[in-house]
Amino acid sequence: MGRLLAAAALLLAPSWVWAHAFPDHSEPRVGHTLEASPPAVRIWFDGRIEPVFSTLRVEDADKRRVDKGDARVSSADGTLLEVGLPSLPSGRYRVYWSVVARDGHRTEGDFPFTVK
Amino acid sequence: MRGKALFACALALALSLTSVHVAQAHGLIGKRFFPATLATDDPFVADELSLPTISYLKLRGTEEAPPTKQISLSGELSKRLSPDLGISLGGAFIMLDPDEGSSVSGFDNLEVSAKYVFFKNAPHELLLALGLSWDVGGTGSKKVDAESFDTWTPQLFFGKGFGDLPDQLELMKPLALTGVLGWAIPSRVHTKKFETSDTGEVEIKKPLNPTVFKWGFSVQYNLQYLQSYVRDVGIPAPLNRMIPIVEFALKTPIDGRNAGRTTGTVNPGIIWFGRYFQLGIEAVIPINDDVSKNIGALAQIHFYLDDILPKVFTWTPFHGVLGPTQPQ
Repeated sequence: MGRLLAAAALLLAPSWVWAHAFPDHSEPRVGHTLEASPPAVRIWFDGRIEPVFSTLRVEDADKRRVDKGDARVSSADGTLLEVGLPSLPSGRYRVYWSVVARDGHRTEGDFPFTVK
Repeated sequence: MRGKALFACALALALSLTSVHVAQAHGLIGKRFFPATLATDDPFVADELSLPTISYLKLRGTEEAPPTKQISLSGELSKRLSPDLGISLGGAFIMLDPDEGSSVSGFDNLEVSAKYVFFKNAPHELLLALGLSWDVGGTGSKKVDAESFDTWTPQLFFGKGFGDLPDQLELMKPLALTGVLGWAIPSRVHTKKFETSDTGEVEIKKPLNPTVFKWGFSVQYNLQYLQSYVRDVGIPAPLNRMIPIVEFALKTPIDGRNAGRTTGTVNPGIIWFGRYFQLGIEAVIPINDDVSKNIGALAQIHFYLDDILPKVFTWTPFHGVLGPTQPQ
């Protein structure tokens, strides 16, 4: 019974077991409105991602790229993809990301946020 | 004797109307994840295993046959032969437990199927596929009235996510539809049956094996899609991997005495998906009382073999090792 429970816990564990990289949470939060421009966009994935094949960019409502172009996987946290932002004016922005998990499985997505 | 024959006919009719067509493929198109559905088939090809799928329904009693509990244990193995072509092999063990009389059990016919994805559009999360299913007559047990003849079913599959809706309708974006339209053609129009009447006379009957329009669809709302791409509403793990779903599994005979009369079930439920497997559970609600007046249940464990051991399970004869089911 103990072994069964351990196996179930292993399969259901949320983080490091998941080689498949789906977003876990982000700053700014998906679809939320901020009072002020955020200093960066950060996305935490549910598994470690490959730095070489992972991209992240931010566009404004006119589809102009507005991030600092320094997207990177954090050296301290292999699940964190981040990019710096300049001071953004009020408006709606969209974050585009593409990552490759350590098992070679690529996932991609996008999400909006708004600066008030 | 006549009573037994009528009982068998009633069970055969009930089984033909309620037997679960085990569902198969999961997949990604664009950023949309489609789970494997339980009661209807979906448009993806993948390397995966449904084991077990368990269904329960108490069938309605008739003048000739008592109410009967039906339990089905089934499984299906699916394999890609190329990125867009896949085959499947499925089987089911049926147990029938009438309120009066002894229980019977046995295997249903094997089902072999092939599917080809011929259209993909990632930005619009749209997928179309053609399939052909072969119910292999004579491979199952007569005790559970597995047909002695083959049935061929050409199929058209579709999958559509609504992530391309305008932002004003953002809470509708996690919605998706999948569906299948199938035309089940028996290889034998009539089946000759010998029945002995109560007076000892042998009767020869030739009941019609109807052609059946098999159709179904699912409406699903993906909470992972909502949280990751539309709006983070704060649903914690592991609940953020749930997909509330309603499936409609329907059949309409084209000929025979029940021609035009649609039967089937509506199945509301939940699918939870992880990295290596998914779990699903649904209620089974008959749309009319032709088959049952009761609510049944359907549950499934479904393994993503292409993610568990990609180098082993994604080998193909002409395209090498495909790797995990990739987003298109």
